[in-house]
Amino acid sequence: MSEPQTVLNRASAGTGPTVKIADLGVIGMIALRGDLSSPALQSAVTACCGVSAPGPLSARFDGETGAVWMSPDELLLFCARDEVEGRIARLSDALAGEHHMVVDVSDARAVIEVAGPDAQELMAKGSPVDVSDAAFPPGTARRTRMAEIAALLWRTDGETWRVACFQSFARHLFDWLAASSGEGARVGYF
Amino acid sequence: MTRLSVGGRLIDRSKEISFEFNGRRLSGYRGDTLASALLANGKRLVGRSFKYHRPRGIVASGAEEPNALMGVGRGGRFEPNQRATTTELYDGLTAESQNHWPSLRFDIGAVNAAAASVAPIFPAGFYYKTFIYPRAAWKHVYEPLIRRMAGLGKAPKRGDSDIYEHFHVHTDVLVIGGGAAGLAAARTAAGSGARVLLVEQTAAWGGRALVDGVTIDGLPGPDWAARETSALEAMPNVRMRLRCTGAGLYDHGYAMLHERVSDHAPAPGVPRHRLWRVRAKRIVVASGAIERPLTFALNDAPGVMLASAVRDYVELYGVCPGRNAVIAANNDDAYRTALALDAAGVEVRAVLDTRRAVEGELPARARERGIPVRLRTGIAFVRGGTGVRGVQVGRLSDSGRMTGAPETVDCDLVAMSGGWSPAVHLFSHCGGKLRWDDAQVMFRPAPERGAPSGPDGAVNTRCAGAANGELQAAACLADAVEAGADAARAAGFAPEAAGGASEGAVAVDAPEEAPVEAHWFTPSRGGYVHGTKHWVDFQNDVTAADIRLAAQEGYESIEHAKRYTTLGMATDQGKTSNVNGLALLADELGKSVSEVGVTTFRPPYAPVSMGAIAGRNAGPFFKAVRKTRMHDWHERHGADFEPVGDWRRPYCFRRRGEDRPAAVTREILNTRRNVGLLDASTLGKLAVKGPDAGEFLDLVYTNAMSTLKPGRCRYGLMCTENGFLFDDGVAARIGEDEYLLHTTSGGAERVHAHLEEWLQTEWWDMKVHVADVTDQWAQIVVAGPNARKVLEAAGASADVAAEALAFMSWIETRIAGCPVRLYRISFSGELSYEIATPANCGAILWEALLKAGEPFGIMPYGTEALHVMRAEKGFIMIGDETDGTVTPQDLGLHWAVSRKKDDFIGKRAQERADLTRPDRKQLVGLTTEEPEEVLPDGAHAVEVVTAPPMRTVGHVTSTYYSPTLGRSIAMALIERGSARMGETLTFPLEGGKVVKAVVCDPVFLDKEGIRQNV
Repeated sequence: MSEPQTVLNRASAGTGPTVKIADLGVIGMIALRGDLSSPALQSAVTACCGVSAPGPLSARFDGETGAVWMSPDELLLFCARDEVEGRIARLSDALAGEHHMVVDVSDARAVIEVAGPDAQELMAKGSPVDVSDAAFPPGTARRTRMAEIAALLWRTDGETWRVACFQSFARHLFDWLAASSGEGARVGYF
Repeated sequence: MTRLSVGGRLIDRSKEISFEFNGRRLSGYRGDTLASALLANGKRLVGRSFKYHRPRGIVASGAEEPNALMGVGRGGRFEPNQRATTTELYDGLTAESQNHWPSLRFDIGAVNAAAASVAPIFPAGFYYKTFIYPRAAWKHVYEPLIRRMAGLGKAPKRGDSDIYEHFHVHTDVLVIGGGAAGLAAARTAAGSGARVLLVEQTAAWGGRALVDGVTIDGLPGPDWAARETSALEAMPNVRMRLRCTGAGLYDHGYAMLHERVSDHAPAPGVPRHRLWRVRAKRIVVASGAIERPLTFALNDAPGVMLASAVRDYVELYGVCPGRNAVIAANNDDAYRTALALDAAGVEVRAVLDTRRAVEGELPARARERGIPVRLRTGIAFVRGGTGVRGVQVGRLSDSGRMTGAPETVDCDLVAMSGGWSPAVHLFSHCGGKLRWDDAQVMFRPAPERGAPSGPDGAVNTRCAGAANGELQAAACLADAVEAGADAARAAGFAPEAAGGASEGAVAVDAPEEAPVEAHWFTPSRGGYVHGTKHWVDFQNDVTAADIRLAAQEGYESIEHAKRYTTLGMATDQGKTSNVNGLALLADELGKSVSEVGVTTFRPPYAPVSMGAIAGRNAGPFFKAVRKTRMHDWHERHGADFEPVGDWRRPYCFRRRGEDRPAAVTREILNTRRNVGLLDASTLGKLAVKGPDAGEFLDLVYTNAMSTLKPGRCRYGLMCTENGFLFDDGVAARIGEDEYLLHTTSGGAERVHAHLEEWLQTEWWDMKVHVADVTDQWAQIVVAGPNARKVLEAAGASADVAAEALAFMSWIETRIAGCPVRLYRISFSGELSYEIATPANCGAILWEALLKAGEPFGIMPYGTEALHVMRAEKGFIMIGDETDGTVTPQDLGLHWAVSRKKDDFIGKRAQERADLTRPDRKQLVGLTTEEPEEVLPDGAHAVEVVTAPPMRTVGHVTSTYYSPTLGRSIAMALIERGSARMGETLTFPLEGGKVVKAVVCDPVFLDKEGIRQNV
């Protein structure tokens, strides 16, 4: 059998050095819902993700392993795809006494990386949130709209952003980002 | 040519540009607007008016231009109604004038309108009064005729080939307007360290400081503007945009700006316009002021212009719009035009001032230059049809009439000024209130009566400079500096701390101006033959007589009079005409201007292109479409798609030479005889988990879910509080405290929101989490007598024998190497499996099943085959059999509504009288007497055919030709339907056709369920 593939199949687009748009391919993602303030949940996250649970509107990563704050009772955990099963089992064990939900959502979303000096500007074209350095420093995460669809947006470093959306919309989002990133359309704002 | 040999601050005489006007090749300079270039080429007649097709020329030099509307560009770049005054010239620009036939110089419409000099032909309320009878004539005769005669530019025939985009910005201070006030406000605010965005609608910074001969900070206006601009450009916290209009202000500091990115320099890949959606903590509106025309007879002749525009053309573009000028005014500012023209070598034959005494510094300078200043005079009428040839000058009496013998003054240019109106539009868009200033004869912002406010309720917007009613340079700049400082402070910054040259008072050296005097109407002389032609609103062809007529007919409210006369309702939104019009109405009504008030200002300030509003979300991005993981395969295999919610699903898969019905028939018969494959990934899927999940689902479904055993599935119904069915689907119990709910395609979000609402607002103590996992799974239906064989051939690793996997149960297994949840459920009535696999495996599993099914005659089928097959089985479809007013009981689904449960959403409502009355519409099957006759969807049933209106007893909800049964079948909701079995109903259709059908059980095929239970 051929290997599982994301809908964008690691496609990339972008004009020259100013902005690069790339599908990150198959990634492990686990939705965790529960009482984020509970010590049991926090220590379970630390133990299973290698990073402590991020606070509101933030993302915390160690390499490709990490967590993004989704809502007051939800985190989205990231890891390699083949680690998902083990992590879910460990999380479930650790949270046995707590009311929680752990679901494998690795296939539910596409994650697109937008990187380069013009990435910030591209984010501002598609999303109404304040993506300025002051309001959106690296480590910030927001659930917002991008290209008219619901999206999760976080900034990994000064020039690198990640956008996740439900995979059925991935083609729309990718094509929209690619179309909007032309060099002729530079705003030169940030 | 009327280009002056020197001057023209904005043009570059070394860069000649060629453009086309009405097919004629002309040339201008870089920096010209289309208007200045047309004037430089001696083109005074630039268009014809909206209603009367009157010859019209350029009146203004900016966004307020009412007349010079052009069709600009060609093909996919053609756009009508572009103002020549705001269209920058570029090489190869093509423009055509509007509203004329057959040509600009000779126009048929104008011949008709000539009658208007004797009797008005389109007076106020004309449409309401004239075209009432006969009724049908409006649609077929009058409207098409009027539409051809009136109307502005022609709509483009081709799609827009330009690109557009949006840009979202958050800033501390937004300053709208880059004139002297805007520059000063921005500089002051920026000095505090606040982030400042400064925008200017034209292509140059400085506004009137470039023209009006004011000295600021010891520098001539243009030099001061240049210095301030460079200082701002050097500040890291300042962003500046030219060609960017403040189009609208909305709640809580939200502003819409319209940037013309490349209208002046079109290039591939460069957006034409960009819509800025700005959130600002504080907004300073420094939008300046707009000069008012004077209302005298035939003031619309080409060559009659606003005084400020005349000197703009001289100073900014080195263009002289005439050789001999007459100036008509009621204020000192217009003398600047006299002086500018005089300096440019134009003979100013007279300044006709309506005032009794004129003692200001500017008139004194004019007199020094030998320019005749004539007090208490006005223009009785203008001579010249397609261009000014002279004016008749009369003396104004105290009663407001013309007295004495008229005197003719020959001239080819009339510069008029009726005073200035602050551009309060943006301030007013979002609740800013105004007051009438009698001394300065203008409406000005009155923040004490109301001003736009932020989310905290504090005022967040103020006007600055001329927009705030401060027309004199010194006061204007002082006000702007204060506004900038206020904005910075309110945004949380300290303007004093940062220091900087331009903070505090700015030294201004400008001539003292004497007060303006209100003058709203200059009567013509004699028998009032020109009584209909004192133009107020040039673009909508509204005259002073129209306003008088409205007043006589009882229109006392300015809002009513506006709509009755169409004053201020054209694309310029009455920038030059509103105040004149309402002052005239006030005169007619014997009220003060203040009592009459202003009409409402609404966004946009100036027209915004439709492209900019759409941004990137056009063409392929017009609607975000959801696609399943098999979408590409479907596309390659003849799928004929239909929209289902946000999804696109194959309606059927057409083979070469097949039409839709043939493909659907083939797909149904093959599924019933062999085996079919359906992409069901679009089904909504919600994971529900927690110790209270069973109890929760018992409350949201009408039937019991807590009694379901792990590994089993159950069909369930969800109702609203009102007892009406709103979603259905199969729920599977995954584990002790976990369920997976299937919802309708496109219904997942709605059901998810419904569940969350009940969990968060009513049953917040329940321990249940819900997650939308629709996109986690690709889902495939394998249905048909050969379904089990296909699964076995695909290597289903668990036992799929009938005993091992019973109907309505599910297992976790692997098929074709893909991990799957295998549900044995059926919506077709056949032996059927729904296979869910993680989405990234979807395409692999789809192709593997097709391959495995090849020996068994597998074919994919689409939504129409799905619909027909479910109808054959009498299964309902949400949205077909339900419409928000239908209960499960109406549909004969009593078996799925628990009688044992204490409660569920909708239970109480379903016990109320209206939902239990026996004569409700109930679901029945229908077979037409003629088996080939397929009833139309929605057809109404009657008991007896009478003359219309007939009483309906119900309607068809689903109707198909069933290839399985070889006849038509339908479902319908019919009053007392279940009691009518065997009864014949009559369906009167369009065109007098009548179809008869017999009421039957809605299950047409295999009522015992033998086919699915093998």
